[in-house]
Amino acid sequence: MLTRAGPLLFAGGFAFLLFVLLAELPFGDPVMAVGRVVLDEAAATVGAANIVTSVVLAYRGIDTMGELAILFAAATAAGLVLGHPGKADQAEEAGGFILRAGADLLFPLLIVVGMYIILHGHLTPGGGFQGGVVLATAFVLPVLARPGQVPSHGALAIVEGLAGAVFIATGAAALAYDHEFLTPLLSPGRLGALVSAGTLPILYLAVGLKVGAELAGLLIRFTEADAESPR
Amino acid sequence: MVWVIGLMMVLMLATAIAALVLDNLIGATVAAASVSLGVSVLFVLLRAPDVALTEAAVGAGLAAFLLALALKRLGLWRIEVQQKEDGRAD
Amino acid sequence: MNELVTVLLYVGAIGLLAIGIAGVLLSRHLFRIVLALSIAESGGNLLLVLTGFRWNAVAPIIEGAAQGTMVDPVPQAMVLTSIVIGVGVQALALAMAVRLRQAYGTLDIREIRARMEQDISDAADVVPPRSQQEPAGGRPLPPPSTAGLLTSKGSQA
Repeated sequence: MLTRAGPLLFAGGFAFLLFVLLAELPFGDPVMAVGRVVLDEAAATVGAANIVTSVVLAYRGIDTMGELAILFAAATAAGLVLGHPGKADQAEEAGGFILRAGADLLFPLLIVVGMYIILHGHLTPGGGFQGGVVLATAFVLPVLARPGQVPSHGALAIVEGLAGAVFIATGAAALAYDHEFLTPLLSPGRLGALVSAGTLPILYLAVGLKVGAELAGLLIRFTEADAESPR
Repeated sequence: MVWVIGLMMVLMLATAIAALVLDNLIGATVAAASVSLGVSVLFVLLRAPDVALTEAAVGAGLAAFLLALALKRLGLWRIEVQQKEDGRAD
Repeated sequence: MNELVTVLLYVGAIGLLAIGIAGVLLSRHLFRIVLALSIAESGGNLLLVLTGFRWNAVAPIIEGAAQGTMVDPVPQAMVLTSIVIGVGVQALALAMAVRLRQAYGTLDIREIRARMEQDISDAADVVPPRSQQEPAGGRPLPPPSTAGLLTSKGSQA
């Protein structure tokens, strides 16, 4: 009992420390000047109706590239750790009728919803990451229903690599025009139209495809792993 | 709005403690997904729809799916809990 | 009423963070440590979004005519990144848990630590240390003997 008191005391003290520190901040009145500048200028300069998208891709594009790098490192490391799938003679039983019929019906619906969320990322809440997660689920569901038919890992890797290359190439194209890396090119356009906000839809499309392919490959690798049999 | 925030807070904290205390690991996974659900509703009330969509899709959707897949592969997908020799099943 | 909402939100976010940290430190099962980590990350993200909140403001999305003031969009962009990174870290942690289960057959961290120490000591051909402070493989030098010192001093005095 006494050894458990240490971590509980630490957690309690940490909570008290955070409480006391946050009581100094004025809640409901953010002190960051960057936020105010972004709210004033984002609509005219970048042209995206979703201001969070303009912050993620235009003002802090480097952070998004870092996030893509971290996700790539995590997915690759998880794939390396899990290793090759075991022997193929362990036949997994296929899912029942409901799972198979449901997966067949949900697959086109999920792809449509995922692409909609990705393409309208600069107009409504959504974007590349959310749509990428939905796309990844769309590709894993048939693998759950029919465990034998797995989409090839090579195709997923090619899609992921090409999408990442498109993202970096679009960012590097800004360098050719004497801007900084990842500055949005092409005119802002009319606020609220589907084709607006310069290169932001292209960037989010690349992000969505990359995240979707990465997470789908990771989840399929998980369905193939087996921890029961000792290596 | 106050009672909605209070209700979501109670749900979040209760399911967070349940995720750590429950013996059954499937129940603990569902409790962790409920924490993400409560946090996602709070994000909507805090005027952050983008973050709420991401938390709902990733936390309550993908993370719960990942945890359930890992449970199946670890061989821990059981309804009743096996008792070890010293009686603890933690 | 505003103070009550403020206190409730802060208690919720900091409470989640504290529960997650206590769970990581106190749990013995590796899977439960991953669950506690995900709970702590949710609490941290909620705390980040709370710093950008503004009373009587709308979401940062422009629809048609201009609205009033909006909440701060920069913490929301940071939290978007943080949530996706959190799920990446969870995936890697679960992959390592699967490999540990394959190698050691259990997920109890004390047993795994004991067996790892045993494996490392066997691979290095040393006896496993009995305590944390003892150097591996025993003392490096024999204890100094005082026989020669006493006789030389005695002969000088």
